[in-house]
Amino acid sequence: MTLQSLETKPTLQMKNVSKQFILHLQHSTVLTVLQNFNLSLYQGECVRLCGPSGAGKSTVLKLAYGNYRASSGEILLRHSKEQCVDMVNASARSVLNLRSHSMAYVSQFLRVIPRVSAIDIVAEPLLENGMASITPEHAREEAAHWLKLLRIPESLWHLPPATFSGGEQQRINLARSFIKPRPLLLLDEPTASLDPANTETVVDMIVQARNKGIAILGIFHDDSVANEVVSRNVSMPPLRTHL
Amino acid sequence: MMDTDATLPLMRVAGLSCAYGARNAVYDISFDLWPGEVLAIVGESGSGKTTLLNALAARHEPSAGHVFFDLRNHGLHDVYGMSEAQRLMLARTDWGFVHQNAADGLRMNVSAGANVCERLMALGHRHYGKLREQAIDWLERVEIHPDRIDDRPHTFSGGMRQRLQIARNLITQPRLVFMDEPTSGLDVSVQAKLLDMLRTLTRQMNLAAIIVTHDLAVARLIAQRMMVMQNGQAVEAGLTDQVLDDPQHPYTQLLVSSVLQP
Repeated sequence: MTLQSLETKPTLQMKNVSKQFILHLQHSTVLTVLQNFNLSLYQGECVRLCGPSGAGKSTVLKLAYGNYRASSGEILLRHSKEQCVDMVNASARSVLNLRSHSMAYVSQFLRVIPRVSAIDIVAEPLLENGMASITPEHAREEAAHWLKLLRIPESLWHLPPATFSGGEQQRINLARSFIKPRPLLLLDEPTASLDPANTETVVDMIVQARNKGIAILGIFHDDSVANEVVSRNVSMPPLRTHL
Repeated sequence: MMDTDATLPLMRVAGLSCAYGARNAVYDISFDLWPGEVLAIVGESGSGKTTLLNALAARHEPSAGHVFFDLRNHGLHDVYGMSEAQRLMLARTDWGFVHQNAADGLRMNVSAGANVCERLMALGHRHYGKLREQAIDWLERVEIHPDRIDDRPHTFSGGMRQRLQIARNLITQPRLVFMDEPTSGLDVSVQAKLLDMLRTLTRQMNLAAIIVTHDLAVARLIAQRMMVMQNGQAVEAGLTDQVLDDPQHPYTQLLVSSVLQP
């Protein structure tokens, strides 16, 4: 299932990527969180980032999504058959474009927006940047489908999720990403606060996405989840802290 | 490279500086703004944010540099190279300007309805029934009850005045709105309502906006892009979440680390 024909080009390629934080307010302390990371991720596979906490797993996802800026290296993200964009020096406009069309990211925490209901938060990716190809009503129907699948009680759909439980918020986050499938999916512990039934649903969703050819890069705490969804493991490189 | 949807930016700013005597209040600012993008300009008071906003909106002649705007069907034009009449037309149609103090952006002595319709009337719309219909539609869109259409804004609360100011600006379907601290004088709950409304309207109308704010949470909520100003210069610019989560410049790190987490 993860057989890659020789012509297949990677969806995401990271070459010698390093990330340092320079803490200007703490005597310019340099904090190295990732060193010389390499990865090629192809469509239809699910790669698990393996390593102890603090090894830079979440950093890799944030670098790929353009939330962190790499200190050195290349992060090539495919946005068409022929073209890649290097996230390391991409313009804000092109990163926004890539996020809208080429990649989705499920973080561990939902960023709630005051007054906006759960169903509208989930529907939002379908309606962003003034794309009038879908009506708000249709987008809400689509959102309802995902909310139902993820067992969010209908009585909560029209409430802002600020007061929802951790597990409910995580499912809102998942619904919001899965509603608009994009070629690259970044998952940061997607089942961390879910009960067994919902975990099973999310496992099915991930497997289906992978079978559809989406390239998935994830952090999975739970080995039983990983066993069902992961097709390849990648170990984090060791950090040389004292140079 | 990815700039496939639109071929021209809506606004291009090149080397813009504003001097008061020998002192530069704004120095060498350059950026492109694309249709539908919301850009937040953040920084402390005195950093030059408001001067920059006024220079961008053709309200303060710069001492150097250019501001180009994409006129419908005519491409990028230097706004300071236009005639006064052209600039006025732009300010009444394709641009909006929302003031920090609503009283500066409203006519306090005429009705809410007349405030909302003023731009249309200046463009020659005269049909009373149609104007009133549009005024009611816009009052509803900014969540002001149409019953209040004949009331004067001085009877309105701060939040309502600010929403009225927004309706008054958006009625001509502008493509770019300038906002100077639009939420700063409001209670937190009123602020949330206004921000949610701005998010929705900018998305629905594919409206670009340049918002001056000192509030990083406001920037996070409504702006995709952010520029950080210190002493008149842009010390950092980028995607809002990237600048806030991975600030590079010492001043941005100071700003981000100074925010109180409730």
